[in-house]
Amino acid sequence: MQRDENVFLLGEEVAAYQGAYKVSKGLLEEFGEKRVIDSPITELGFAGLGVGAAMVGLRPVIEFMTFNFSILATDQIVNSAAKMLYMSGGQFKIPIVFRGPNGSAYQVSSQHSQALESWYAHFPGLKVVMPSTAADAKGLLKSAIRDDDPVIFMEQERMYGMKGEVPDDPDFTIPLGVADIKREGKDATIVARSLTVPLALKAAEELEKEGVSVEVVDPRTIRPLDIDTIIRSVQKTNRVVIVEESHAFCGVGAEISAQIMERAFDYLDAPVKRISSADAPMPYAKNLEQLALPDVAKIVAAVREVLYL
Amino acid sequence: MATQVVMPKLSPTMEEGQLARWLKNEGDKVSVGEPLAEIDTDKATMEAQALTTGVLRKILVQAGATVPLGQVIAIIGEADEDISALVAKAESGEAAAANKQNIEENVEAGQDGAQRELAGVVVEGARTQATIEGAPLKNDTGGQPSTGGAQASDEKAATQTANAAATGGGDSSGNGQRAAGGRVVVSPIAARMAAEANININSITGSGPGGRIVKRDIEAAKSNASGQQQTQAAAPESRTQAEQTPSPAVEARAPQRQPTQQPSVEGASPYRDEPVSTMRATIARRLTSSTGPVPHFFLTTEIEMDRTAELRATLNTLDTENKVSINDIIIKVAAAALVQHPQVNASFQDKHIRYYERADIGVAVAIDEGLITPIVRAADKKSIGQISREVRELAGRARERKLQPDEYMGATFSVSNLGMFGIDEFTAIINPPEAAILAVGAMSAKPVVREGEVVVRQLMRVTMSCDHRIVDGATGAKFLQTFKKMLENPLLLML
Repeated sequence: MQRDENVFLLGEEVAAYQGAYKVSKGLLEEFGEKRVIDSPITELGFAGLGVGAAMVGLRPVIEFMTFNFSILATDQIVNSAAKMLYMSGGQFKIPIVFRGPNGSAYQVSSQHSQALESWYAHFPGLKVVMPSTAADAKGLLKSAIRDDDPVIFMEQERMYGMKGEVPDDPDFTIPLGVADIKREGKDATIVARSLTVPLALKAAEELEKEGVSVEVVDPRTIRPLDIDTIIRSVQKTNRVVIVEESHAFCGVGAEISAQIMERAFDYLDAPVKRISSADAPMPYAKNLEQLALPDVAKIVAAVREVLYL
Repeated sequence: MATQVVMPKLSPTMEEGQLARWLKNEGDKVSVGEPLAEIDTDKATMEAQALTTGVLRKILVQAGATVPLGQVIAIIGEADEDISALVAKAESGEAAAANKQNIEENVEAGQDGAQRELAGVVVEGARTQATIEGAPLKNDTGGQPSTGGAQASDEKAATQTANAAATGGGDSSGNGQRAAGGRVVVSPIAARMAAEANININSITGSGPGGRIVKRDIEAAKSNASGQQQTQAAAPESRTQAEQTPSPAVEARAPQRQPTQQPSVEGASPYRDEPVSTMRATIARRLTSSTGPVPHFFLTTEIEMDRTAELRATLNTLDTENKVSINDIIIKVAAAALVQHPQVNASFQDKHIRYYERADIGVAVAIDEGLITPIVRAADKKSIGQISREVRELAGRARERKLQPDEYMGATFSVSNLGMFGIDEFTAIINPPEAAILAVGAMSAKPVVREGEVVVRQLMRVTMSCDHRIVDGATGAKFLQTFKKMLENPLLLML
C-alpha cells in the first residue's frame, strides 16, 4: 500500500476494529479512511464494488471475514472477476485480491469450517494462493496484489497465531505458480498445502525416527499449479500422499492425483493416497471435529500404507 | 441356503466335461471337500468336490452326459428346503453362460507353469460356487466388485456389490487388485523396472496387498540375481584351482561324491531367463516365417546298442523284481546328455530363452483315446531303477486317465519310442515350449562293417526334432553325439 496508492482494503471490520483477526492492525491509522474501508455485511455488494474499482484501474484487496461468507459473493467472483478480461476482449484487467481465512477454525461448526479452494480453483480466470508460512504469506500476498488477474488468497485461522521469520525487504515477493519443497526426502512424497504443511512436516519428523525419508511438497498456489515440481518428486520417491483440509470428492487432491496418474503413471509404486476431511459437515463437538480433520497420526499411517510398511 | 453345483474347470484347456460317475446319490449327506462325482476332462478323469456342506438334493446331469463348463449339475441344500426355484433356473440354462464366462475370466493362466494354472483351478472353483450362491467371499474385501458379482442377477449379489463399493469409496487401501486366477498384479514402476532388468515377474512373489508386486520386490530380485551371478562367476575359478592342485584328500574323496540319495522333487524345474540376442531373434523370425510357429529340423543317428542291451540284461538278472527297459536307460542317458548341453534343455520364450536347471523328461505314452506325456522329473538326478519304477507307475495311471495336470505338463524335453511297434525310424513333433523331442526306433540286429569285417550289431536309429529358434544344427548334433556315445558306452553313466 506504501508502494502503490491504488491499492485499498475493503471489508467487514477491517478499519475501525482493525480486522476481526487483527490482520489490518494499524492500516487505518497509516493510510486513512479513503484506503481502508469498513463495509456493511453485504459480501455480494462489496465484492462487486471491488470488481468495478478494479475495472477502472484501482487494485482492491477485498477481505472476507472468512471464505465461508465468500459463498454469498460467488456471482461477482466467478461470473464477473474471473470472466471480465476474456469477455471484454482484453479491455478490462481485474487486478483484485479476495482474501481471508479458509478452512477449519476452533469449534465453529459446519457453516464456518469449510475449505473452499476447489471451488475457486475450478474456474479459469482465477488464481488461487494458499500460503503455509509467514514468509510465504508475505511474499505471495505482495505478488497477488501486484498481479493483474483476480487472485483468491486463502489464509488459515488456525495459523494466524503461528510465528515465523519474515524477510524485511519491502519488495520481497514469491512468484505465483512455484511450489516449494519444504523438506527433502526419498521414500515418499507428501503434497500438502496451508494448514496441512506443518502437519506433514511433523509426520515426516516422526517417520524419520523409523528410518523413512519423506519429502514434503507445498504447491503454495493451486492455480497455476506447479505440477512439474510435484511430478519430479514423485519420480524420485514413487509414492504419494496428498493431505488437504477440504473434502476429498472433486477436491484439489483429486486433481493432483489425476495429473500424477497422467504424467507419472510408470513411476508409481502404490496408488496415490489422499487424506482429506471427513465426507460430512464439520461437527461442532471438539472430539468429533478432531476426528474429521487430517492429523499427524493419519498422515503417518498413510505414508506407511503407500510404503507397504 | 441351497447351492448350485456347477461343472468345474479341472484342467487348463477344459471346455466341457463328461460326468463319468456320481459318487453320491440324491439324499446323501455331503460335506466340504468330499468327492461328489468323477468327471472326464480332455486329459484325465478327476474328482469334483463338494464346496458346501448339506444334502445332495437333486442330480441334474446323469452319468455319461457331457456338459459345458459352468452348467449346473446338481443342487446341495438342507434336507427339507424348497429348491424348486433353483431347479427351474438351472434347467432353463439361465446361469450356465454367465457361469462359464465367469470361470473363463478367472482362469487366465499363462502358457507356462502348470503350477499357476493349478492354483487358478482352486481359486476359480471356490469363487464359482460363491458367486452363484451370491454369498460374499471372505477374501473379497477389495474396492472393485468381481465381474461375477455384477453379472449374477440375484439380490444378494447386488448387495455384495454395494458393500464392496461402500468399502472402496472411503478408503483406497484395498484398491481391488488381486492375483486371482493367474493375473499378475504389479505396481507400474515395478513392472517397468522388471522389464528394464529383464526379470520375469511371473517368478516373483509380491509383498504388497493381495500379492501386488511392488518396487522393493523387484529390487530384491535384482540383488538376488546379481548375487547368484557372483556365485556362478566364482565357482569355475575355484574348480580350476582344485583341478590344478589335486590334493590326495580330494582324490580320495572323489569316488564318494556320487550322490546315492534319491532326490525328491516336485513341480516344474527352476530356471534362469536370458535375453534373446539380436542374431537369435533374427534366426527365430526368419525360420518361423518359413515353417510355422515352431521351425522344426531333424537329426538322425544310428546307435550300436550292444553294450546297453548287455547292461540291461545284467541289471535285470541282478534285480528280477524291478526289470528295467531299454527306454528307461534312454531316458536316463537323454537326461544326462541334456545336463551337458543346456542349450537343448531350454525353451524359446519370445523375448528370452529359458534354460532349465533340471532335465524333466516327458515320456510319450499311447492310451486308448490318444497320447499323453507323463513326466519323469529331474531324471538327470535319478537312478535307472527309480526312473523305471516311475515310468511304469505313471504310464499305468495315464492309461487309467488318472494323471494330475502337473504330472503331464511342464517337461523340459520329451522322448517318444515306437520301437515296440517295429518302427525303424520316425520323426516326432515338438511339444511346445520344449526345444526338442527324441523319436526312438526299434533295436534290431543288423550286419555292419567293423574294422574291415562284416559283423552283427544291435542297431537303433533315433531322430531328434529340434526347435531351430534355439537349437541350431551343430548344437543338436553335439547333443546327439554325447547321447550316442553314452548309449554305446553306458559305463559313462558311472562317471
